Amino acid sequence: MSELVSLHENPTEQFLRTDRMPHIWCPGCGIGTTVNCFTRALLDSNANLDKVSVVSGIGCSGRVAGYLNLDSFHTTHGRAIPFATGLKLARPDLDVVVYSGDGDLFAIGGNHFIHAARRNVDIKVICVNNLVYAMTGGQTAPTTPGDALTSTSPYGTFEPSFNLPQLAEAAGAVYVARWTTYHVRQLAKSMFEMFNKKGFAFIEVLSPCPTLYQRRNKMGDGMETLRQYKELSKRKDGASTSEVGLTRDGEIVVGKFVDRDRPDYATLMKAHYQHTMGDKYVETGAIICQ
Amino acid sequence: MTVHADPKGVLTGTHFIDGDHACCEGALAAGARFASGYPITPSTEVVERFAARIPSVGGVFIQMEDELAASIALQGAVWGGAKAFTVTSGPGFSLMMEHIGYALMTETPCVFVDVQRGGPSTGLPTMPAQGDMMQCRWGSHGDYEVIALAPNSPQECFDLTIRAFNLAEKYRLPVMFMMDECVGHMTEKVVIPPADQIEITPRRLTKQAPDEFLGYKADEDLVPDIAKAGDGYRFHVTGLTHNEKGYPSMTVKTQDKLIHRLQDKILQNADDISINEEVDLDAADVVVVAYGITSRVAMKAIQMVRDSGQKLGNRKLRIGMFRLITPWPFPDKKIRALAGRIRGFVVPELNLGQMSREVERASGGLAKTIAVTHAGGTVHSPEEIAEAILEAAR
Ligand SMILES: Cc1ncc(C[n+]2csc(CCOP(=O)(O)OP(=O)(O)O)c2C)c(N)n1
Ligand code: SF4
Ligand SMILES: [Mg+2]
Repeated sequence: MSELVSLHENPTEQFLRTDRMPHIWCPGCGIGTTVNCFTRALLDSNANLDKVSVVSGIGCSGRVAGYLNLDSFHTTHGRAIPFATGLKLARPDLDVVVYSGDGDLFAIGGNHFIHAARRNVDIKVICVNNLVYAMTGGQTAPTTPGDALTSTSPYGTFEPSFNLPQLAEAAGAVYVARWTTYHVRQLAKSMFEMFNKKGFAFIEVLSPCPTLYQRRNKMGDGMETLRQYKELSKRKDGASTSEVGLTRDGEIVVGKFVDRDRPDYATLMKAHYQHTMGDKYVETGAIICQ
Repeated sequence: MTVHADPKGVLTGTHFIDGDHACCEGALAAGARFASGYPITPSTEVVERFAARIPSVGGVFIQMEDELAASIALQGAVWGGAKAFTVTSGPGFSLMMEHIGYALMTETPCVFVDVQRGGPSTGLPTMPAQGDMMQCRWGSHGDYEVIALAPNSPQECFDLTIRAFNLAEKYRLPVMFMMDECVGHMTEKVVIPPADQIEITPRRLTKQAPDEFLGYKADEDLVPDIAKAGDGYRFHVTGLTHNEKGYPSMTVKTQDKLIHRLQDKILQNADDISINEEVDLDAADVVVVAYGITSRVAMKAIQMVRDSGQKLGNRKLRIGMFRLITPWPFPDKKIRALAGRIRGFVVPELNLGQMSREVERASGGLAKTIAVTHAGGTVHSPEEIAEAILEAAR
């Protein structure tokens, strides 16, 4: 069972909607672990929780928004990022976090991901990568590594998969990191760092889906997967993202790969209008109607 | 409850502009300070004008990567507290359907403008049609009611856009603003009144404390009050079937209650929502039911028949006009009452028969309905409509 269950000893309880427990996640699922890291990062960041919004798409990972005791939006499949873009541009005073799955963010939502990164919208994107479409029963995702069995690839996948950190860097993200659910402290620290980073920041978290990925691929249960994460992962901060692609059983490069600065969308917008329109430009701040 | 428009967005004066531009001014007058769009003829001028105007009014325009993005970005802005809209035409409107459903289910007040062109598919990008009337009613999956408005002049593009925003706020739903290419590109005089003569429906923000607030518990009018992000309410919004707290609750009972409320909040308030122009209906023998650009051609046809001195028995044939300004919710009661005392309806529209089916349904066999169909690309000739009027009188 995920760590969410031991709520009473949990200093992060204040961040969770305890009236929504028990959650829907399976025993051994990694999503709850990522949520614990997230709440730890929130705790450490001293963020004003009234000003943090979480936006999810659809999927097992997309259910995160509903369990966090924050303003939370469970949107449509693939569209968490454009929703978050609208929210952030209307409310620059809010911290806007997108929390969703690999299929959601990179298949149906892939176009939105690259455009938000290109624009450098000041949102924080956390992708729970379980290498599969879990919610719908374990179908192939654009992240499923070669040869893995899925319900729609009964003879194994042959499509090349995305290397998410490389994609994020190429599209313009200012912060790119990858961890696994074995790396709880590193992940929490990385999430904390991400909060303090202005611009489009991205963390990929490899997370077991014992029910639909590991079991079908005879990779054991959730604990066994953590052992594999431990054995196979190698920390290489600053690694070239072109070299961190994942394979079915190979090395998992983890660490912080990108940490750079570039003006975010709102900053660019403001500077541009000030430059081109001078006094005629009315700066907005929060857009709140009558 | 209403307040006056924020003068910053109101371009008071007499203008000579087209329907697209007038729609944009209506949105600004209504308080829209956020628009997300994706270019598509013949609607683009609306957002082009918004992009030009908004930096000096105060707000954001963003051109998104597609219509899926445009139609959800605005909803993010709305939950942040903004009034927001998007604008599109045929193919883009098709892509927006899932997010119209999302806005309906989450009760997100916003406006979707569709400047209709010929379809299906890419169809006739620069030419008119009215083929999306059923799509705006039924295009997203599941059961629901919508509000749709259909202006027939640039002045109405201004006036009714304000009304669309006001209805969106009052009833908390996406309102469909159904223009057509002719109305969008037609240039006429548009009078924009001073801000203190424009009534605005403010957002129904909750007055409850965060710990008492139930985001989907409706008031007597079946509409719940709303919270915006950042105020400590820590609320949840989901497209899943949800309880009064806004939490997912996928049970038959919750579904039944929620879906009926979403339907009833429109149907029970239909008299408040519905506006129609009723011309010479009192003793009419034949009533033309029309909307948008077609209503103007229909008026011409009615005049032609009148001028030709057509008789019914030994008196003049009497023709009325019922203009659907709010095609949805459909004015069932009024059409039914008319059907009981007239010979027939004539329904010209730039499609192969959409609202005409509603007229036929609502009239319950009490009067005949003659659809004057047209595949789109141009408007009807008044003669076609005039002939149908004579046929209806027979
Ligand atoms: C438009 C649309 N298409 C398909 C679905 C069905 N669907 C729900 S979740 C999902 C995949 C989710 O995969 P991922 O984002 O990886 O989340 P996970 O469940 O693995 O955490 C799909 C295809 C949907 N809800 N909406
Ligand atoms: S199906 Fe997989 S991803 Fe979904 S809750 Fe179960 S273990 Fe987690
Ligand atoms: Mg997944």
